[in-house]
Amino acid sequence: MKKPIIKVQDLVTKFGDRVIHDHISFEIFEKEIFGILGGSGSGKSVLVKEIIMLLRPFSGKISIFGKDISTLSFKEAQELKRSWGVLFQFGALFTSLTVAQNIAMPLIEYTTLSKKQIEHIVAAKLELVGLKPFVASMYPSELSGGMIKRAALARALALDPKLLFLDEPTSGLDPVGARNFDKLIQELRDILDLTVVMITHDLDSIFTILDRMLLIADKKIAAYGTIKEVLASTHPFVEEFFKNDFVKKRYLKELNV
Amino acid sequence: MNYFEVKQKENQTLLICKGEWIIYKASSIEKEFKKLKLTFPLTIDVSSVNDFDSAGVIEFITIYKKLKAKGKIKVIGYNQKELELFKLLEPTIDIKLPHKKSFFLDDVGKAAIEGFKNFLLFLAFLGETFAKFFYSIKPKNFRYKEMVYHIYTSGVGALFIIALTSFLVGMVVAYQASVQLHKFGADIFIVDTIGISVTRELAPLITAIVVAGRSGSSYTAEIGAMKITEEINAMKSMGFDVYAFLVWPRILALVISLPLLTFFADIVGIYGGLIASKFELGISFSQFVERLYEVLKVKHYILGLIKTPVFAATIALIGCFRGFLVSDNTQSIGLQTTASVVNSIFLVIAFDALFSVIYTELGI
Repeated sequence: MKKPIIKVQDLVTKFGDRVIHDHISFEIFEKEIFGILGGSGSGKSVLVKEIIMLLRPFSGKISIFGKDISTLSFKEAQELKRSWGVLFQFGALFTSLTVAQNIAMPLIEYTTLSKKQIEHIVAAKLELVGLKPFVASMYPSELSGGMIKRAALARALALDPKLLFLDEPTSGLDPVGARNFDKLIQELRDILDLTVVMITHDLDSIFTILDRMLLIADKKIAAYGTIKEVLASTHPFVEEFFKNDFVKKRYLKELNV
Repeated sequence: MNYFEVKQKENQTLLICKGEWIIYKASSIEKEFKKLKLTFPLTIDVSSVNDFDSAGVIEFITIYKKLKAKGKIKVIGYNQKELELFKLLEPTIDIKLPHKKSFFLDDVGKAAIEGFKNFLLFLAFLGETFAKFFYSIKPKNFRYKEMVYHIYTSGVGALFIIALTSFLVGMVVAYQASVQLHKFGADIFIVDTIGISVTRELAPLITAIVVAGRSGSSYTAEIGAMKITEEINAMKSMGFDVYAFLVWPRILALVISLPLLTFFADIVGIYGGLIASKFELGISFSQFVERLYEVLKVKHYILGLIKTPVFAATIALIGCFRGFLVSDNTQSIGLQTTASVVNSIFLVIAFDALFSVIYTELGI
């Protein structure tokens, strides 16, 4: 029924002798918001970096849109890279360019759009992520943390990607800002038919917007599936992460688990 | 026509949009639209468009608005999702993004004021650096380890490149001078030329320029990167004095190592001259050394060395000052590093000229 967009099989990652991922496999389906969870140092960011081709895994196979990414030609890889947007943890906006120039950058590089069309798209993307037009001429150093994340999201969305990777999108935001950001991601997914892969620690995001998730602990997958399926797991990390008093009081009642 | 098709039906026109309306096609769609000749009333049918992304919808909205201004139009064949996107994006088309335009004279004025401000800031930096030396640096809490580290990287690390440059400079001067001296049969005066020019002028200057390029730039980049990552703020918040932690160890490290490097460059430079004289004029090593012993008074060597602590302090002060000027974007590290090297090399040469004038006036 649903078709997998990203398929990871038997992935092993090693840094020197240190094993980070020990034979992990999972699938991410179209139009879902998929969470990658785990303690710090468990290799969440490394996993995403391998999927977006910034790092090479030691062994195993990663397929995106049905293509094995390790056998792509340079041209195919370039094409694939244009089909996703990445929001880095600290925005990673180009500091020497204004917000508008940051968003226009991929458009200028990869399309033949006219200046006017680019300006329309930049204005629309700013509006989509909830930024006021005056932000366009500001430099990243003049923005607040939340605005940086929104501007970086607008840049990630510039080429209308089908896939969106978010690295801790709500970290460093105030609680209200974080919930708004969650809502924004959900809305964008619905409007633009995105598939969203996000690394997160934020319990609110985990319980409210994730469709399915993956928990990495001890180099392996500790739990995988919808929140109910994950909660059914008895892995010690799941117990510790989800079954403490705070989580029980705050979230589990609503789920009737 | 790849994206449009025009049909006449009864007394109205039907514009059929088709194909992929996505970001990579938007410019072709625009071009094709400009060629269309349409009459009103007009019905736009979008049911044959097989892919709409947000850029495609924006393109559609632009076209829609243009047509709407001209006559009566109607859109059919859209689905719920497309309507939602249309409604969401329609208001954004009229948003005017602000542009910062700068006028040539503005830039000139800004640059002038910036330069003057930087000069004032440098004076403040200079004052604070020296004030801090007397107030907050005491022998028992001075950062010796830092200083030794910088002596190692800026001093010991520079030995090879300084040996190479001063050897070559000594040789080149000997070759150039030997041609002229040979004409007068004054071959042996090559020793005077080499000995005095290398110790008084060339070795201190060449060493200072190499060190400015090597260490001055790295001081700026180090401190600049620390500023961007807020390490400087972290230090200040813990009550650590940045002058004691960052500036003074660097200044003292260069003040100690530059004279030593210059001494080393003196030796290697004269050696370069010795070798060139041997091959060009046939002056034997023992002849050369004997003559050198006669003509090269210790005062020349000392006058050369006296200049070096001044050069060292200049290079270190400019390097650190430029580092602190780095603002919070990555480009400014590059700009400040360039400025740091250019300023310090210029000031080293200017100070060298000043010393020459002083020495001449004093008759030494």
